[in-house]
Amino acid sequence: MQELIVKARQLLESGEVSRVLGWKKGEFEYDPEPAFFETAESLDGFVYNGFCGANLSKYMIEAGKKEGKTLVFLKPCDSYSYNQLLREHRVDREKAYIIGVGCKGKLSGNKLPFEGILKVTGADYPDAQQTLTVQTLYGTETVAYQDAMLERCHVCKGKEHVVYDELLGESCDTVDADRFAEVERIEAMSPAEKFAFFQEELSKCIRCNACRNVCPACSCRKCVFDSTAFDSAQKANTTPFEEKMFHIIRAFHVAGRCTDCGECSRVCPQGIPLHLFNRKFIKDINALYGEYQAGSDLESKAPLTSFTTDDAEPGVGRG
Amino acid sequence: MPVTENWKPTIVAFCCNWCSYAGADLAGSSRLAYPADVKIIKVPCSCRVNPMFVLRAFEKGADGVILCGCHPGDCHYSTGNYYARRRMTLLFSMLDYLGIEDGRTRVEWVSAAEGVKFSETMNSFVETVRALGPSVRLGDLRCKN
Repeated sequence: MQELIVKARQLLESGEVSRVLGWKKGEFEYDPEPAFFETAESLDGFVYNGFCGANLSKYMIEAGKKEGKTLVFLKPCDSYSYNQLLREHRVDREKAYIIGVGCKGKLSGNKLPFEGILKVTGADYPDAQQTLTVQTLYGTETVAYQDAMLERCHVCKGKEHVVYDELLGESCDTVDADRFAEVERIEAMSPAEKFAFFQEELSKCIRCNACRNVCPACSCRKCVFDSTAFDSAQKANTTPFEEKMFHIIRAFHVAGRCTDCGECSRVCPQGIPLHLFNRKFIKDINALYGEYQAGSDLESKAPLTSFTTDDAEPGVGRG
Repeated sequence: MPVTENWKPTIVAFCCNWCSYAGADLAGSSRLAYPADVKIIKVPCSCRVNPMFVLRAFEKGADGVILCGCHPGDCHYSTGNYYARRRMTLLFSMLDYLGIEDGRTRVEWVSAAEGVKFSETMNSFVETVRALGPSVRLGDLRCKN
């Protein structure tokens, strides 16, 4: 963490960048939040630890509207999201100074209470495959690092950054699960079971829109969920239709552009496994139109804006 | 709606202006029968069908949704139906994943000369949907009883 601050301070003081986009301490030890730092002094509040799961790439859209360059810290998987935004011309590469930071698997603040650990006040941050020690108001607790890891880290995209100006720190691959195992489990269910599963999960939804707001792919200037009539600036309440269909449409609108960064599931206050929707689309795209990882490059054809004349016909049995 | 012997499903058929709608027209002028429960919505091209149209049809009470367009390669706009095909493949697969039986959704390519195919397609689709019963799941997805 210190080397990140030193580097950021150096770049700010030399005037090469006008601001730094990083993380600052949140209300609790386990919820650092994304933050802009405009001065070298303010960098005292900068943190980078195992709980910094937040993907900063979406904030670069706003940062790009300001004067001067922005220094941003991207973890390997975040760099895919940034690349995807670059490809969609939503961010300006010229206005970004990207430092690829090392990541050894990020922790989920939500998973700690599940392990029986409450009131976290501090933690050490070892590598994956080790034991995490957490200080709480009631003493010190330990938990296997992997048990407290974010869902997306179990299907890690690897330790390589796809876009950066400079690299700092070491990364390691934390894959220990099959990415599509859960999707396949659901696909094998009967229609009634599938429906029961999703109804159980989606009935928890409070329509806070956190999944939409955090998603780097969900960055249209005008969103269908903000306005019941196009071309009106009102943030009118949604129709019952949108309430019901929100999750399907949200996932469809990012199909083929979703890098599977897992932010939707991370921020859901109700713990709905929203990545299951996105992964279903990714699985289908991979199976029908060839392996595709959004954000891995700037040139390949996106699956939903291209076609071949012998594509599969719609229909589950026929596909 | 109680499912009785006389229950008839409501079907929404999106038909493209250039082929399938003309095919439906031909079915009519050739006096070929197809169920009156099929409500046809004319669209300029099959790729005009936004995934939201399909969902909204279900929300408004459709029990099955079918999309008809020109045969691949014959699109009036050259390539529209190829894009529609990819979109609908993914959307229908997602609906199946959520527990909305795949029998309720279908894509069929019907040319302007295929009045017979139009009528046969609609008859068989209505039969499939009738066997599945009324569609309530999509509307109830976020509400637990």
